Amino acid sequence: MVTRTGPSRGARRAAATDGAIMIDTLRSGDLPAVIALDARVTGSRKPEVWRGFSQAFGADQLIFLVARAAGAVVGYTVGGVRSWEFGSPPAGWIFAVGVAPEQRESGVGSLLFAAMTERFTASKVAFVRTMLHVDDHLLMSFFRSQGMTAGPFVELEMTLHDPA
Amino acid sequence: MNAIIAVIELAASDNQKTAAELASTHNISQHHLAKVLRTLAQAGIVSSARGPGGGCVFTANAKRLTLGDVIEIFEPGLASGPPLSGGVFVDEVGRMLAEIDRITLATLRSVTIQTVLNNARRRLAVTPG
Repeated sequence: MVTRTGPSRGARRAAATDGAIMIDTLRSGDLPAVIALDARVTGSRKPEVWRGFSQAFGADQLIFLVARAAGAVVGYTVGGVRSWEFGSPPAGWIFAVGVAPEQRESGVGSLLFAAMTERFTASKVAFVRTMLHVDDHLLMSFFRSQGMTAGPFVELEMTLHDPA
Repeated sequence: MNAIIAVIELAASDNQKTAAELASTHNISQHHLAKVLRTLAQAGIVSSARGPGGGCVFTANAKRLTLGDVIEIFEPGLASGPPLSGGVFVDEVGRMLAEIDRITLATLRSVTIQTVLNNARRRLAVTPG
């Protein structure tokens, strides 16, 4: 449940293709639009995941930001600070980011990223980190355009059983 | 590598540069670089003008062109290495090499020319000189 509403601290504005973009914290009533946008961006609908993010945001465990254009949600990002998982010193993690396809290349993603890293900086963490599929070159290109590079951790996995 | 250097240098410059200038700056063969620039011009990445005052300029979209795009002009089929065959152990070596290729390709295809320029300028701003 989202408990924080009203004007957010440090809301950001920018000129975009069709009007000003405002970066804001999640408000009551935003979640259905975020769920729908995520489904458009990723091709899979996962409302339970987003409700979980929303509840963690309400409990001050996550940072949940949205980008608005003319009042409509056109982008989102979720992040949080994690400490000493896998032996890592405290770092800001970006768990999700998405921008409406028609708003791409208008700076929405960069504004969301900047707003998220601003909050991480305020939390005194020295790194921002994320994880994504190795074949998602578009998203990887976005994070690299923000200055991110390969970090010191490597993800390994092994198949335990045939998922089919 | 020379093609990437040429593309980055031209994309970073507001002025046209000759093969001789680029070759001298990076201590590489001018003859080889001239061939590289011709190939890049055929691919629409640079435009060249001959004669006195001539040279090359970057004409592609730096926000879209990736390092992988440039490399694949010179090494087509980069995505699929030669198949290995020779039994289960050689197959396992092939799997390891495929793992390396996948990460390498992801890096090359996600780094745009603009990202290289921006990262270099960020570093310059942090550590001038």
